[in-house]
Amino acid sequence: MKQEHKCDFMNLPASKNMNNDRRDFLKKMGLIGGGIIIYCTIGNTGRSIAQPGFGSTPDFNAFLRIGIDERVTCFIGKVDMGQGTITSFPQLVAEELDVAYDRVDMVMGDTDTCPWDIGTGGSMSIRIVGVQVRSAAAEAKGVLKLLAAEYLKCPVERLKTKDGVVFDTKKSDSKVTYGTLAKGNIIEKHLETKPSVTSPDSFEFIGKPYFHQDAHKKVTGMAQYAGDIRLPDMLYAGILRPPVHGALLKSADLTEAKKIEGVQVIEDDNFIAVLHEAPDIARMALSMIKAEFDLPSTSLNDKNIYEHLVKTPVQPQIKEKKGDIEEGVKLAKELFEETYLSAYVAHAPMETHTSLATIENGKVTIWASTQSPFAIQRTVAEGMKLPADKVRVITPFVGGAFGGKLTMVTDSNLEALEAARLAQLTGRPVQVSFSRAEEFFYDTFRPAAIVKIKSGIDGSGKIVFWNNDVYMAGDGGTEVIYDIPHQMVNIYGTWMMPPPGAHPFRVGPWRAPGVPNNIHAKEMQISLMAAKAGVDPLEFRLRHLKDEKMIGVLKAAAKKFGYKPAKPVSGRGIGISCGIDVDTYVAHIGEIEVDKKTGEIRVKRVVCVYDMGLCINPQGTKIQMEGACIMSMGYALSEGIRFSDGAILDKNFDTYRIPGFSWVPKIETVILKKDNDPPHGAGEPAVIGMGALIATGLFDATGARLFEMPMTPERVRAALNKV
Amino acid sequence: MKEKISFTINDKPVTLEVEGDRELLWVLRTELGLTGTKYGCGEGVCGACTVLVDNEAIQSCQVRIRDVAGSKVTTIEGLEKDGNLHPLQKAFVDHDALQCGFCTPGMIMKAHSILTENPNAKKEEIVNAMDGNLCRCGAHPRIIDAIVDAAKILKKG
Repeated sequence: MKQEHKCDFMNLPASKNMNNDRRDFLKKMGLIGGGIIIYCTIGNTGRSIAQPGFGSTPDFNAFLRIGIDERVTCFIGKVDMGQGTITSFPQLVAEELDVAYDRVDMVMGDTDTCPWDIGTGGSMSIRIVGVQVRSAAAEAKGVLKLLAAEYLKCPVERLKTKDGVVFDTKKSDSKVTYGTLAKGNIIEKHLETKPSVTSPDSFEFIGKPYFHQDAHKKVTGMAQYAGDIRLPDMLYAGILRPPVHGALLKSADLTEAKKIEGVQVIEDDNFIAVLHEAPDIARMALSMIKAEFDLPSTSLNDKNIYEHLVKTPVQPQIKEKKGDIEEGVKLAKELFEETYLSAYVAHAPMETHTSLATIENGKVTIWASTQSPFAIQRTVAEGMKLPADKVRVITPFVGGAFGGKLTMVTDSNLEALEAARLAQLTGRPVQVSFSRAEEFFYDTFRPAAIVKIKSGIDGSGKIVFWNNDVYMAGDGGTEVIYDIPHQMVNIYGTWMMPPPGAHPFRVGPWRAPGVPNNIHAKEMQISLMAAKAGVDPLEFRLRHLKDEKMIGVLKAAAKKFGYKPAKPVSGRGIGISCGIDVDTYVAHIGEIEVDKKTGEIRVKRVVCVYDMGLCINPQGTKIQMEGACIMSMGYALSEGIRFSDGAILDKNFDTYRIPGFSWVPKIETVILKKDNDPPHGAGEPAVIGMGALIATGLFDATGARLFEMPMTPERVRAALNKV
Repeated sequence: MKEKISFTINDKPVTLEVEGDRELLWVLRTELGLTGTKYGCGEGVCGACTVLVDNEAIQSCQVRIRDVAGSKVTTIEGLEKDGNLHPLQKAFVDHDALQCGFCTPGMIMKAHSILTENPNAKKEEIVNAMDGNLCRCGAHPRIIDAIVDAAKILKKG
C-alpha cells in the first residue's frame, strides 16, 4: 500500500542562500541571550519544510539554550493552540538532554527568537519538529560532555550525565553543571558523529502521561490571549465590512459615527475603520456608519452548491489506478453507485481572530492569534513594504484554531495586516479583533465536497472494483486500504487549490483536511456492500484487509467495544470506521440511537483506537482523541454553513450549532504501544471517522441510507421514510 | 453620558466613571484590566464571558454596567484566595479539563453558580445546566468530571 505524504505543502524547496540563513541564525542567538545553543540539521529527518528565501533558517532548525541559571529553553516556531505541544516538547528535551522536566521552558511562535516554521498544522509538531528537537537535545548533551571533558580534565568516555550535571564515573566529586559549562556564552558546536537518541526501554519522560503544564494559568484567567494584551494608549478598531462576499463599497456616511466622543475614523480607499479606547464603543460607532454596497448576484446557496461544484471545470488528478474498472464491473454481481455530500464547515474556535500591532522605531510588533506567525510576518512585511526583520510576530496563548488560523495558500489572519496598517495610520497600538459574525464571514471554511463511489461485489461477497471520484475535498484519506483488484480514484479540485470560481468564499484546511469527507463516503459504501453480502460489517472489512496495522486497530477497537458480530442490518445502531491520517491508523466503533419520530441522533458510546507509532504524551493524545471525537459530531450532525448570494447566513452559535455538553457520549480511547516506530500525528486522526461512524450506525440501527452531512433530523427523517 | 457607578469587584469596592450602557464584559476587560473574562459571541450564546453577579452566573456581554451598581461581581481572577486555587479551579487542573483554555474561565464561573445554587447537583443536572457554555476543543467529559469532583470537595468544606 502507498504510504506517501499527502501534505504537498511539506515538499517546498529549501533555501539556497545558506550564508544569510546562518547570519540570521547567529543574530537570533544574540537575541535570545546566549547560553549553549545547539542546532540540528533538517536533513536528519529526510524532509524539507523550509521556505525559499524568506527569513528561513533551514539548517538551523532547533534552538536550545542552556542558561547559567541551569534552565533550558527550547525555541520552536510552532504554536500551541490548545493541542498541548507546550507540554510534550519538554518531555523530548528532558529525555535526551537529561534534565528535569520542569527545568525546560518553551518559547513558541515568536518570529524574532524561534526558527522559521511553515505553520502549525497537519499534526506536524511532534512527528516532524519533535524528531528534530529530540536529536538536537541528544547532540547538545554530547556537546556538553565534550565541554565537561575539558573542564574536568577527564576523558569524555568516563563522563556521564544525570539531571543537568556531568560527572566523572571514576571520581564522584568531579562534576559540573550544564549551566556552569554554558557560562552564558553563545557556543556553536557540532558533533562529528551524531549521538543516538534514548531507546524506549530507558525512557524516563517519553511515553509518560503529562497534564497540560499551562493549566494553572488557564484556570486563573492569567493566560493572556492576543485580545488580553494591553498597551499604553492602545486603540480598538471596528472595521466596516461588506454584507456579502464580493460586495463593493459605493458610499459611506460617517457623520454619526464621528460624533461619538473619543472616536477616530480612518478612511483609506475602501478601508474604513472606527477606533476608540474602548472596543465596545468603537463597535457602537461602527454600527452608526450608513454604507451602501454594490451587491453581486451569484445565485449560489447551500442547496444548489453541489450541482455547481460538480460542474466546475477542473482537470482531474489520478490518485490510484490498478487493474481495469471495466473488468471489475464484469466480475460484479451487485453494483453500488452512491453520491456523498458534505457541507461547508466553520472552524469556529472560541477565540475569534485577533491581532494587536504596535510600531516602535520603525519595527512592527504583532501579537496574533494564529497558527502561522511566520506567514503573518511575511504578509505584513510585504503589505507594509518593510524588510522581514522589521516585523516581529509573537504568538501568545491561542484560543483554538483547527486550521482556521493557518495560512497555507489563503491568508488566514487578515486582521494582522489591518492592525499593523491602523497602527501606522494612527501612530498608536491598535487591536483588531473579529466579532463572531466576522469570524463566520471570513472563515476559510472546510470546503463542501462531493464524493462519488461506484463499487461492486461478486457472488462470494468479495469487492471486485472501486471507482471513486472526489470533488473539492482533495485526496486526503482516499487511499484504497482494502484489497480490491480493480480500482480508480480521481481527484477533482482540492481543498488547497480549488478551481477558480468553485467556491463563493474562501476555503482552507480544517483539521485533517478532506479526510473526514472521504472516510465518511468510503466507509459507508463498505457497510452498504457488507449488508448486501449479508456479512457482519467488521468481518467484511477484515476479510478485505491485508494491512496488519489496519487489522490491528480494528481488532483493538472491537475488543474494547466488546463487539459481537451480527448480520446487518442488526438494529443495534453500531457504527464502524477505519482509515489513515498523518500516518496514524485509526479505528472507531460506536453506538448510536435514533429517535424515529424526530429524526434526532444521539451518539451513546465511542471507542477510538490509534496506532500512531511512538506516543510521546499518552495523556495529551488521549485528550486530543476525546476532543476530536466530540468536535466531529458537529460536522456529522449539525454543522453546515448556510449561505445565499454571497451572504453568510450563520452569524453566531444560535443557528450554527456546535456540540454541547448534552451531546457527549461515553468515549474510550486506546493507543497501541508502538515505541519502536517513529511518532505519527496525534491531533487530527480521531476526527476522520466520526461521520462514517454515525452514518453506518444509523444504517445499522434502521437500514436508513443517509448520504449527506450534516445528518440533520430533517434529513434523517427523510432517509427513514425511504426504508 | 458618563455616570458614576459603584459596585464590588472580587471583594473590593470600586467606583467607575463610565457610560452606563456599556456591557459589563468590556468594562471588566478595559477599565478594570480583568481579561480572564472572554468575548466569544457577544450575544449570550456561548458562555465565555460568564461572571458571577451576587453569586449568580450571568453572561457579562448581556448586562449593562449600570445594572450591576451596588452588586457583588466576581470574575475568574477573584476565585483564588491567598494563593490557593478554588476547589473548582483545582479540579479543572487535576482532571486536565481544558485544551485551549479560552472557555475555561466561563466554564468555572458557571459551575460555581450551579454548585452554589445546588450543592447536591447530580451529574445529569450539571450537564444540562452547563449546556449553554460552549467548548470547541471537546474538553466536555473532563469538565463534567471536574465539576462533580469539586462538588464533593465543596460539600466536605
